Amino acid sequence: MREWERLRNSSHPVIYVGAASCGLAAGADEVIEAIERYLSAGKRRADIIRVGCIGPCYLEPLVDVQMPGMPRISYSNLSPARVTDLLESFFDKNEVFQRRLVGHFGDSGFDGIPRFFDHPMLARQVRIVLRNCGIVDPENADHYLARGGYAALESCLSLSWRQVLDVVKDSGLRGRGGAGFPTWRKWLICRETESDKRFLICNADEGDPGAFMNRSLIEGDPHAVLEGMLIAGYTIGASAGYVYIRAEYPLAIRRLRTAIAQMREMGLLGDRILGSDFSFDIKLKEGAGAFVCGEETALIASIEGKRGMPRTRPPFPAVEGLWGKPTIINNVETLGALPNIVRNGPGWFSQYGTESSKGTKTFSLVGRVRRTGLIEVPLGTSLRTVIDDVGGGVIKGFKAVQTGGPSGGCLGEEFLDSPIDYDALAAAGSIMGSGGLIVLDRNTCIIDTAKYFLNFTQAESCGKCVPCRVGTRHLVDILERISRGQGEISDLDKLERLARTIKGGALCGLGQTAPNPVLTALKYFRTEFLAHIVEKRCPAAVCRDLVVYRIIKDKCTGCQRCVQVCPTEAISGPRSEPHNLDMTKCIKCRSCYEICRFDAIAGDAIVIESGV
Amino acid sequence: MSLAALRADFEGFEGTPADLIPVLQRIQVLHGFISKDSVHLISRWLKISENEIYGVATFFAQFRFKRPGDHVIKVCLGTACHVRGGEQILDVFRRRLGIQPGEATPDGMYQLERVACLGCCALAPVLSLDDKVHGQTSVLQVRDLLGGREPSEDS
Repeated sequence: MREWERLRNSSHPVIYVGAASCGLAAGADEVIEAIERYLSAGKRRADIIRVGCIGPCYLEPLVDVQMPGMPRISYSNLSPARVTDLLESFFDKNEVFQRRLVGHFGDSGFDGIPRFFDHPMLARQVRIVLRNCGIVDPENADHYLARGGYAALESCLSLSWRQVLDVVKDSGLRGRGGAGFPTWRKWLICRETESDKRFLICNADEGDPGAFMNRSLIEGDPHAVLEGMLIAGYTIGASAGYVYIRAEYPLAIRRLRTAIAQMREMGLLGDRILGSDFSFDIKLKEGAGAFVCGEETALIASIEGKRGMPRTRPPFPAVEGLWGKPTIINNVETLGALPNIVRNGPGWFSQYGTESSKGTKTFSLVGRVRRTGLIEVPLGTSLRTVIDDVGGGVIKGFKAVQTGGPSGGCLGEEFLDSPIDYDALAAAGSIMGSGGLIVLDRNTCIIDTAKYFLNFTQAESCGKCVPCRVGTRHLVDILERISRGQGEISDLDKLERLARTIKGGALCGLGQTAPNPVLTALKYFRTEFLAHIVEKRCPAAVCRDLVVYRIIKDKCTGCQRCVQVCPTEAISGPRSEPHNLDMTKCIKCRSCYEICRFDAIAGDAIVIESGV
Repeated sequence: MSLAALRADFEGFEGTPADLIPVLQRIQVLHGFISKDSVHLISRWLKISENEIYGVATFFAQFRFKRPGDHVIKVCLGTACHVRGGEQILDVFRRRLGIQPGEATPDGMYQLERVACLGCCALAPVLSLDDKVHGQTSVLQVRDLLGGREPSEDS
């Protein structure tokens, strides 16, 4: 507590750097090195704190500077050179740096600078689960404690498990992993099953490609998830918990290890936690790269050291799970929401959301939208608000939004005003899923997208049941044919029939939802299928076999940049004369197209067109 | 490698069949891949048949059974990266290195991998070279990342 206050009113400067995976990918390490170089060269003192992801990833690397007597001020898209300019302004000239300014974190106005949370990407958000992300040092437990951490656990331990269950029930919290089953109901089934042992598993096997909410939450605020595990463990009467996390998230794994060690030191793990009769321990289990392990029974098999294959349900894991004992598997976000719900009361949480879907939900807003990143909005917010207000609009004309990853579907314009909640999305043929929102614009092909997802589920199908193993293969084959311009009208019926068969016949959630991308595409974007089949044309100019690359002679200045990048020597021509493109050698890799826009003199002399 | 040496690397493991996946992960961290020899030793240690070990190991995408190249390139093909051109980046790597995903170049320099998602979707398309993740990449960066290495002859 003291340490946090000291930091907030620090007598010397504090520099916060967004150093979650997204920040690091954007170059945060190089920025930190530049800061350290600057400080040591001038023998200046400042604390550098690596914080998690605050949301607007497209602004990374983000650096916040907090000078004594000033609020914390945030700057975006910094390079090592720019951050040096920034520090010179603050330290040498005593001036607030004015360029690349995002906003300050103070409560009231400061020097005409806007508030960070009034930024258009953040203004519509309600940050409950993400309240600490990007704000605190995720490796410093004192920061978490200072922000009210573990107070919720303390109050739970003074309540009976039934009272805690009622709090969760009244909050209306539903599972954030995708299916949206009421959290309290699952817990009650587990608790009421007679057993000497029960287990809790935190599902952090975020396998949905295009989604990173769980990674960001764990990287930015690991203790919130772990406190949620203690609350859940206490309520269901579990003696041990596991975090099942993807091996592809090394930073998140490290943060969890650190946080678990800190908990042990504080007496928050082990026997008789905080003097109560509740004993609980948490272990980490790294996933080994199998999407199907997001399915509960497959996940359990994998923890037991077996192939991650699902089994028929019932019995549900809540009755018979890990080692045959009652087991609850909750998503990272479900657990991360618990401390806030307990601390602020169920009514506070349920004031947000719709009748059937309470609270807020995090989404990873990505794809062809201007402002990409991690967001948290009340359930029931319309897709239009999320895409236009939070996301800043679509780059090249809205076509569809994909929700729920490989288990979800593509929804077109007619759904923009429908609310984001479990039931509305399900009614449209998609699902809420874990929170991936991928925006597609006119430059994205719906057939290509459906093919992408089916390729994914086909590769990840565990092979146990025939509908999924063989069915997805055939869906891919048909889509492949259509994208090559070799489809027939009868393929549309075949796709539909096959998709329905897989949906009805597959063993687990992976197979049962795998056809959703195809079914929604057929339902809402039939004309695009027809363009591929009848006109042999890809309207978005994406499907390789249906597009051509062309050099516009009048525009080409002969700068030779494309000649240099072409991997197959398909482009030739002397300097200063329009180049030639040999179609027989062209592999349509886009290198020339991109270099022309990025670096060439003409800028747009190479086009990709639909038509053969 | 002997059983004793293997055990020394695995202090803290209980040696039960449930340890199989963490043990395989550890082996891969230590040696870069899962060799026949190590499978043989694990089998004796954990009392699981070699068949069963291969059954589990080949099920998961993480495990490799051949020595990887010195530098591992992972091209992300998550949805956001796909929409923003990840597939083409992989294609250019494939051609420049003359290998398929999951293979190493003959000189052992590079290993090419495709991954389902690196979780940096907001900076798509992304790829990683060794442990460094690069965001907002393009087909043009491939050559720079490979340090000017020329396309493979047989591509």
